[in-house]
Amino acid sequence: MKVSYYPGCTLRNKAKDLDFYARECAKVLGFELEEVEDWQCCGGAFTSSSDEIATKLSSVRALKAAKEAGQPLVTVCSACHNVIKRTNAAMKDPAFAAKVNAYMKQDKDFTEDYNGETEVCHYLEYLRDKVGFDEVAKKVVNPLTGRKIAAYYGCLLLRPGKVMAMDDPENPVILEDFIRALGAEPVVYPARNECCGGYMAIENADAAKKRSLSVSESAANHGAAELVTACPLCRYNLVKSGSELPVLYFTELLAEALGVKEANA
Amino acid sequence: MTNTKRMKEDILRMSGVNPRKCMKCGKCSGTCPNYDEMEYHPHQFVSMVEEGRLEPLLASKSLYTCLSCMACIERCPRGVEPAKLIEAVRLLKERQKDGNHLTANDIPARIDDDMPQQAIVTAFRKYTK
Repeated sequence: MKVSYYPGCTLRNKAKDLDFYARECAKVLGFELEEVEDWQCCGGAFTSSSDEIATKLSSVRALKAAKEAGQPLVTVCSACHNVIKRTNAAMKDPAFAAKVNAYMKQDKDFTEDYNGETEVCHYLEYLRDKVGFDEVAKKVVNPLTGRKIAAYYGCLLLRPGKVMAMDDPENPVILEDFIRALGAEPVVYPARNECCGGYMAIENADAAKKRSLSVSESAANHGAAELVTACPLCRYNLVKSGSELPVLYFTELLAEALGVKEANA
Repeated sequence: MTNTKRMKEDILRMSGVNPRKCMKCGKCSGTCPNYDEMEYHPHQFVSMVEEGRLEPLLASKSLYTCLSCMACIERCPRGVEPAKLIEAVRLLKERQKDGNHLTANDIPARIDDDMPQQAIVTAFRKYTK
């Protein structure tokens, strides 16, 4: 099965592993990520103000392309996912959509209004809901037996809970179930859905470091030997926190378990 | 209409927040991961906007230390959504002449070779109009 795929700016540059292994693992798991043509950067953050129209256009163009392809839109980066899913939810409000569509009509390939029809799906959600973690487990050739891995959700995968609707925002299980499907042992710890410091890395690197260190220490104190994330900025902050825990993308972990990593070594 | 009154109306309209729903339990500030970096804390944004005390908020570095992590939004028992209010105040500031907090010239000194593009585009979306 083919799905529309939105990689985002960082997956084309600093987070190539997050992108490459997502594509390769999809082939093993029986689906194909078809990159949206001419996608534009989502902007990294959803601006919640009701009069912010122009900042939504790049996401709406990608959503519209997926609608025209008749496919769900799959994202891997937590930030892109957050922006695009929230934009899609906002487009279900007719008054807001009317303003955005008025801009969209200026696009030379404009066909029809977009009103939030596309299904937006994080890669992890796709694995859980469409492929099934049971099926993922059956394809594992290198089980990650004995590895104690702490899932780091951060903010963007889960919040706002009502819109993201991926998991319980205060007691999520999707990443732990994913880790279990790969044969490893998930480590649950209190800071797994607290902020890593995010874009404060640009504004005040020391403050961001305090945040990310409190996350990695919380994981280490609960027995984790590694951290796994879906977000390039979380990974950056956690690596820079000074903690010795290795930080992996979830797609790297998946690639290791499915034998994709060694096949591409 | 006074300037303050107009600004307050703008903030409420942009954010969609009703500060009168707040029951002053303080959970938003209690759960704020960047509490120590915030001059005014999330619960203070809620009460100060309601009281029309906007000038101190517009001049505060708290506008740039809110992480937009949405912990206060998720955990408010009254659904007040303080971070949306903080964002509206920040936008009001940045939409003013010379209101931007970050320029392209600031970037080279603040990044290293590992910094993901995501950090830079997000900072610009938050700190610049």
